[in-house]
Amino acid sequence: MKLNEEQQAMLNGSRGEVMAKIMKTLVMYGDAFGAERMVPVTGKYGHTVISFGLGVMDPVYDLYDEILSAGILPEQKFTADPKPLDPRVPSTPLEDLVFKKLMYNRQDRYEAQLQKLGITKDEDYTCACYLDQVGNTPEKGEVLSWAESSAVVYANSVLGARCNRNSGIIEMMGSIAGCVPEFGLLTDEGRKADWIVEVRCRKKPESQLLGSAIGMKVMEDVPYIKGLDQWLGSELDDRAKAYLKDFGAATASNGAVGLYHVENLTPEAVELGESLIKDNAKVYIVDDAELERVYRNYPVIWKKPEAKPQLAFIGCPHLTLQQLTDWARAVLKGLEANGRKKVAVPTVFTAPVQVIREFEKTIYAWPLKKSGVIVSYICPLMYMNNPLCKSKAVITSSNKLRTYTSAKYCTDSEILDVITGGVK
Amino acid sequence: MKTFQGRVIVPGTISAEALVSHGGFNTLASFQMALQFGDLKAMGKDTEVQCGDQNNPDLYKKPMMGKALCLPQTIGSTTGGMVLFAACAHGKQPACMLFSKPIDSLAASGAILGDVWTDAVMPVVDNLGDEFLDYVQTGMTVSVKENGIVVVD
Repeated sequence: MKLNEEQQAMLNGSRGEVMAKIMKTLVMYGDAFGAERMVPVTGKYGHTVISFGLGVMDPVYDLYDEILSAGILPEQKFTADPKPLDPRVPSTPLEDLVFKKLMYNRQDRYEAQLQKLGITKDEDYTCACYLDQVGNTPEKGEVLSWAESSAVVYANSVLGARCNRNSGIIEMMGSIAGCVPEFGLLTDEGRKADWIVEVRCRKKPESQLLGSAIGMKVMEDVPYIKGLDQWLGSELDDRAKAYLKDFGAATASNGAVGLYHVENLTPEAVELGESLIKDNAKVYIVDDAELERVYRNYPVIWKKPEAKPQLAFIGCPHLTLQQLTDWARAVLKGLEANGRKKVAVPTVFTAPVQVIREFEKTIYAWPLKKSGVIVSYICPLMYMNNPLCKSKAVITSSNKLRTYTSAKYCTDSEILDVITGGVK
Repeated sequence: MKTFQGRVIVPGTISAEALVSHGGFNTLASFQMALQFGDLKAMGKDTEVQCGDQNNPDLYKKPMMGKALCLPQTIGSTTGGMVLFAACAHGKQPACMLFSKPIDSLAASGAILGDVWTDAVMPVVDNLGDEFLDYVQTGMTVSVKENGIVVVD
């Protein structure tokens, strides 16, 4: 890789041994992908996937201490993924003990590090950092040093920014050095589609199911999706963006997709059309039967597969204001139809702090609270990342949460039925 | 015995028993069970570092530590590299990682972070080809040479 004078000097130790190791890491990272140069990070803010102070991750916090002790700080401020704990989310005394004493016992240490490293605000912990209310919304073409698979795929696909699927730690190193190796999704060639996906469903497919099917098929390739605009339209309005947020998260967690194009909708597909498709692109046809096949193949790893659900999580990735309002309206309507005042299963909706604040101003906030639904900023994935949850029957409409935990996936309408007592 | 030529990502020589994943290796999901035990001491109890990814029938509940992990590529959360780095820092990493396809950005990050920032030795070779993954089976002995040659016995 060809480095400019300043980058070469950093690699040679002009800014100390720790900075030299950071540059060495970034250069090796670029070399693995044939990068020829470093390019400046032009996005205003970074985003880090690491938001948790987990005891087993001490090497990460030791590494950050090493960086801070060397007097090195990122060149940009950054947002972070959601926190793993929120007292509003129901937990047993035993779970509290496990969460606070055994698992997230480095949370204070790590949050203090993030303050020093430059988190934008103490409330900026969300995986959906790009939402208007949070404000870390990159412009088309900007180069980012982000990690968080759902945020990266959204920034690339819906916003047209340029970011590789960086790992935690690497993203912080890019923000520190102010540059990232140019390869993959940072290049025009790397943004071309390897797959044509033809959506031939008879009704609007569940975003999280469609994303799962495509992710499992194309793995880390770039798909160009045809036929989805018939349901999403050709404008990136709030509902289309929310659909694509959930769809993208499923492609990124069930596979390793970092960028997708939706014909007539996402910015590069609108601008460049089918010229984005590589000559030898493979074809994947998705119809209702294919989605049914994918859905039926999800393993259910509850101890008792037919157990009554004990907890429902909705909002992984975090909900938009529109989604939160839509869910509130649907739950209240469902409860009324089923003659209930309270939800049948403890239910948690998750969203960024800033979105929750806006939601609390709406007419739905108080009735939803009275119905027993908890609205939280927590990361459901982190909440469920403990051995006790194995024996807990948790349901979710998130395919990401299903992938990483013992939560059982339900479609939106299925989970709504369970929450509102429509399913006995 | 069969020999495959790959590309060296992290150099090193090692021989170990193969553990083969034909589907994408989800790093976070795979290390999830080991991570759930909380801290370094407790992770030590999970000495074999069992794979916790219920979606990976090839590896689920099989020990990963010290094995020659043979895989197409890694998938899933961008915490993947950080998780691999932590496994290396704790000395709980696979013996080596052998990719049939070009390495992905998360696996590369973890391997490089482990190489630059820890004392762990975990040779990584990619581009071994589909034939490698067709041939190698869990339990076979795999030897990695410094120049990216992988011998499956």
